[in-house]
Amino acid sequence: MIALDKETFQAEVKDAKGPVLVDYWSEGCESCKALMPEVVSLSEKYGSQVKFAKLDITKARRLAIGEQVLGLPTIVLYKDGQKIEAVTKDDATAGNIEAMIQRNL
Amino acid sequence: MGNVYDVIIIGSGPAGLAAGIYSGRALLKTLIIEKSKAGGQAATTNEIDNYPGAVEEETGPSLVEKMVKQAQRFGVEQVKADVTEVDFAGKVKKVRCGDTEYQGTVVIIATGAFPRQMGCKGEREFTAKGVSYCATCDAAFFQDMEVYVVGGGDSAIQEALFIARFARKITIIQNLPELTAAKSMQKKAFDNPKFSFFYNSVVQEVKGDSGLLDTIIIKNDKTGEITEFHADEEDGTFGLFVFIGLIPRTDIFQGKITMDRGYFPTDENMCTNVPGVYAVGDCRIKPLRQVVTAAADGAIAAVHAEKYIEHVKGGDA
Repeated sequence: MIALDKETFQAEVKDAKGPVLVDYWSEGCESCKALMPEVVSLSEKYGSQVKFAKLDITKARRLAIGEQVLGLPTIVLYKDGQKIEAVTKDDATAGNIEAMIQRNL
Repeated sequence: MGNVYDVIIIGSGPAGLAAGIYSGRALLKTLIIEKSKAGGQAATTNEIDNYPGAVEEETGPSLVEKMVKQAQRFGVEQVKADVTEVDFAGKVKKVRCGDTEYQGTVVIIATGAFPRQMGCKGEREFTAKGVSYCATCDAAFFQDMEVYVVGGGDSAIQEALFIARFARKITIIQNLPELTAAKSMQKKAFDNPKFSFFYNSVVQEVKGDSGLLDTIIIKNDKTGEITEFHADEEDGTFGLFVFIGLIPRTDIFQGKITMDRGYFPTDENMCTNVPGVYAVGDCRIKPLRQVVTAAADGAIAAVHAEKYIEHVKGGDA
């Protein structure tokens, strides 16, 4: 998984071709940290078809808000730089994330 | 069989972990099933001021981490799975997580509770778009911004004080004529220049034009007065954190164990009406829902469970 920041987000996500999955998280968010290993597992399974990335919102707060992310955990799937789908909070489970990926492959 | 246990604990908050520690230490084959993160509500509570021994830099997550390690040290197995069905009819209790079935002589239910929602218009639509029930998850979004907090109890004021480390302004919206939080916490809030208070007030509607929350409408129940809060133009949005109590997470046990308004009645040994099934922590009827009482429940249940297992196994011989 790529660790994004405000400098790399544009190139890696918005200007990227194909699907990119972004895991919005923070150190203070326990649910995010519990979910992260499962997202890493999904990256091993789907890594050849989808680019997996994570963004620590504490270092890119305005950017996250600009992407309409205002609650953690939130997992957003982009395609050709466009936001396609997202799961958040209690819905942000490994099962739902995998289903979201499969719907958009 | 690999999936047969003496004790199956559902939930790994302080109640479930304490039950696991006691049960593991009694050399019972113990499994804790957790659907998301260890620690339950304690894991998303920054400050744990009143748990004996939790001093200085102790936070909810740091305390939980120690509890998890302690349970592991006593050989307790932990699995991440969502319990989808239970069957408590036989002597062997069955707990199903999707395709996997676990069997236990004893089941200890420690499923806890989740935050109550306001039930106002727009609440669901703007959850994670400005509306939040978790300060440690979402407070950092609101650095130098405005935040509204609904509630006036211990959780609301404690979490508001945490959010105040980030936000520039905190407005408490309380439905009663006064706060009900511990006096020491109230004092901290009253002394903090960032805080202001609206009493006798409930949120009627939340909305936003651009997909993010930008308007909160509250009504004063005493005077009928309506007040609208709008996000600062430069900020474009603000936070609304809701801490107005809890709802027990007990749906899957409906019809299998006696409940009262969603909570389990237990005796002083944490026994439910079904022999071998215990309920501990926030999901049972009790006068005080705290980490310390959750841990105590877990200990009591595990000790009684040990006797129950001896009795049942003795009967088999």
